[in-house]
Amino acid sequence: MNNKTPLIHITRRMDIGRPRAYTYRAIAILLAFIVCGIVTMVLTGENPFDVYKAMFTGALGSSRKIWALLQNLAILLCVGLALAPAFRMRFWNLGGDGQVLAGCIAAAACMMFLSDALPHALLIVVTLIASVLSGALWGFIPAFFKARWGTNETLFTLMMNYVAAQLASFFITSWSKDGSAKIGIINQNTQIGWFPEIGNKYMMFIIVAVILTVLMFIYMRYTKHGYEISVVGESERTAKYIGIKVRKVIIRTMLISGAICGLTGFFMVTAKDHTLTTTMVGGRGFTAVIVAWLAKFNPFTMILTAFLIVFLSQGCNQITTALELDSAFGDIITGIILFFIIGSEFFINYKIHFRKSSKKEVA
Amino acid sequence: MFNIVTIIQRAVVQGIPLLFGSTGEIMTEKSGNLNLGTAGTMYVGAICGVIGGFFYENSAGAAFNPILGTVIPLLSAILGSLIMGLIYSFLTITLRANQNVTGLALTTFGVGIGNFFGGSLIKIVGADVPTIVLSKTSACFKAGFGFAGDLGWFGEIFLSYSWLAYLAIVIAVLCGFILRRTRVGLHLRAVGESPATADAAGISVTKYKYIATCAGSVIAGLGGLYYIMDYASGVWSADAFGDRGWLAIALVIFTLWRPTTSIWASILFGGLYILHIFIPTGSNLAVKELYKMLPYVITIIVLVISSLRNKRENQPPASLGLPYFREDR
Repeated sequence: MNNKTPLIHITRRMDIGRPRAYTYRAIAILLAFIVCGIVTMVLTGENPFDVYKAMFTGALGSSRKIWALLQNLAILLCVGLALAPAFRMRFWNLGGDGQVLAGCIAAAACMMFLSDALPHALLIVVTLIASVLSGALWGFIPAFFKARWGTNETLFTLMMNYVAAQLASFFITSWSKDGSAKIGIINQNTQIGWFPEIGNKYMMFIIVAVILTVLMFIYMRYTKHGYEISVVGESERTAKYIGIKVRKVIIRTMLISGAICGLTGFFMVTAKDHTLTTTMVGGRGFTAVIVAWLAKFNPFTMILTAFLIVFLSQGCNQITTALELDSAFGDIITGIILFFIIGSEFFINYKIHFRKSSKKEVA
Repeated sequence: MFNIVTIIQRAVVQGIPLLFGSTGEIMTEKSGNLNLGTAGTMYVGAICGVIGGFFYENSAGAAFNPILGTVIPLLSAILGSLIMGLIYSFLTITLRANQNVTGLALTTFGVGIGNFFGGSLIKIVGADVPTIVLSKTSACFKAGFGFAGDLGWFGEIFLSYSWLAYLAIVIAVLCGFILRRTRVGLHLRAVGESPATADAAGISVTKYKYIATCAGSVIAGLGGLYYIMDYASGVWSADAFGDRGWLAIALVIFTLWRPTTSIWASILFGGLYILHIFIPTGSNLAVKELYKMLPYVITIIVLVISSLRNKRENQPPASLGLPYFREDR
C-alpha cells in the first residue's frame, strides 16, 4: 500500500462536454425531487406521488395557471437577464430588488402626478424613460464607487435594496390619501398610464421577456461590448493590457443592468400590478441571481432555470393551500433543489480520483 | 415620552440579535467565506428554539423544569444553526460552490423553514392549542439580574437584560480576543487573507474554514433564539424577524471586521432601527420611513469611506468570496 497518496484526489476538469454536464444536472434534480418527496412525506404524511401530482396541477393545471406561470417566469427572466451581463463581468449585483423597485417608484410617480398633464401615449413614454433612468441610477451608484475606488459591490448593492425599499415605503405613506400606508390601484377608473393589453393581461410581459432574451443573447455573444464584458470578467489585467477601459465597462454594464431592472419595474407597475408596494418585487432580485448563475449566464438556458424555480414555487403553493400548511413550504423545497443543483456543479467542474488499491498510480 | 434610559434599554434589546449575527458573520468572513445565508441561519436558530421549547413545554406540563426548559431550546437552536453552517460549508468548501449563490439559497431555505414551522407546527404535530405561545420557556430566557430595578438608572441601563444578552457580549469579546491575540486567530486570519500561503505554511485551510463557518453559524443562530425568546416573548409571527439578518451583515462592514467594535455598533444600529419611534414627526408619518433607512445609508457610507482611505487593516479579508482549490495556482 502506498500510504502517501491521499484517498481522494481532485483535479479540475478541462472540458466535460455538454451532454455529460446536463446528465449530471438532471441526476441532481432527480435526486433533489426524491429528497423533497421524502421531506414532504415526513412533514405532511402524504404519499409523495400525490404530492408531485398536486404540484403539477398547481403549476400547470388550468390555462389561467399556465398563463400566470408564464408571466411569473417572464418577470423573473427579465430580472435575470438584467443581472447576467454584470455577473459575467464578475460584478456581483445583488441589488436587483432595489433596481426594479426604483423603476416601480418612478413609474408609479409618473402615473399619479402626470396623468392630468400629459396625453396618454406621451405619458407612457415619459413613464418608461423615468423608470429606466431610475433603475439605471440605482445600478450606477455602486458601479461608480466600484470602478473608481474598488468599493465592495456585493455589500453595496445589497444595502441599496433596503434603501430603495424604505424610499418606496416613504413615498407610499406620503402619497396615500387616507394615511393607510397603501396606494391602491392607480387610476383605476380612467386607466390612464396603464400599458395597453395585448391579447390578455399576461401577454405583455411574455413578449418583453422573449425580446429581451434574444437581444441579451446577441449583446453578450456577438457585440464588442459583450466581448469586453467577458474579458473584464476573466481578468481585469488582461483587459487593461489589451486596451479596454475597465472603469468604463463596469459603469456601462451596470447602467444597462440597472436600466433593464428599471424596465421590468415599469412593466410591473403599468402592465401588471398598477400600484406600488414595498414587497412587489418579492425577492426576485435574489432569485434572479440564482437563475442567472445556474444557467451560466446564457439567456436561453436561463429560461429553463427560471421555469424550474417558478414551477416549484407555484406547484408548492398548491400543495400548501390544499393541506392548509404555511406557504413558506415552497421556499424549503426550492432551497433543497437549489442545494442539489449548486452541489452538482462540483462534479461538472472537477474530477475525483480514488486511490487505487494496487501500487499503480493514477495520472 | 422622550426618555434616554428607555431609548438605551430598547436599543440594546434591538441590538443583541444584531450583535450575535454580526459576531458570527465576522468569524465566518475572517475565514474567507462570505455567508449571505446568515439571515436564514438566524431564522433557523429561532425556529429550532421554538420547536424544542414547544415540545418540552407541552410534554412537561405542570412539571416544567426551568433548567431543562432552557437547555432544550438552546441545544435545538445550536443544532439547527450548526446544520445550516454545515450545509453552507459542505457546498462552498468541499464542493467549492459559489458563495453568493449558496448563501442566497441558504437564506431562502432558512427563512422558509422558519416561516413554515412557525405557521404549521401546531397542525403537523396535531396539538390542541390555537397558537404557539411559549411563556414558560420565554421566562427562562428572560431571567437576568433580579436586583436591577433597585439600582435606578444604572441598573436599568446596564443590568436589566437577560442572560443571553450578556452571553452575546461575552462571545463578542471572546471572538475578538481569539482573532487578535491567539495563534488560532492568526491562522484563521491567514486562511482568510491568503489561503494558498496558509496552506503552504501547514495550516489546514479546510479545517479552519469549516470550524469558523460552523461556529459563526451557531453564534448567529443564537441571535435568532434571543430574538424569539426574549424580545418576542416566545411568540412566533411570520417574517417578524424581518431584515435583521442583512443588517447583521451590514454591521460586519460597519465594524471593519472587529467583534469588539460590534458591541457598541450593534447597540447603535439597534437604536437607529427604532429611532423612528422616538423622533417626533407630528402628523407626517412618511418621514419615519426615511429614518428607517439610516442603518443602511450609514453602512454604505462606511463602506465607501473604508475603500477611499484604503488602509490595509480596514479592508475585507482578501480572499473573501473566493473558493480555495489547492491545484489552482
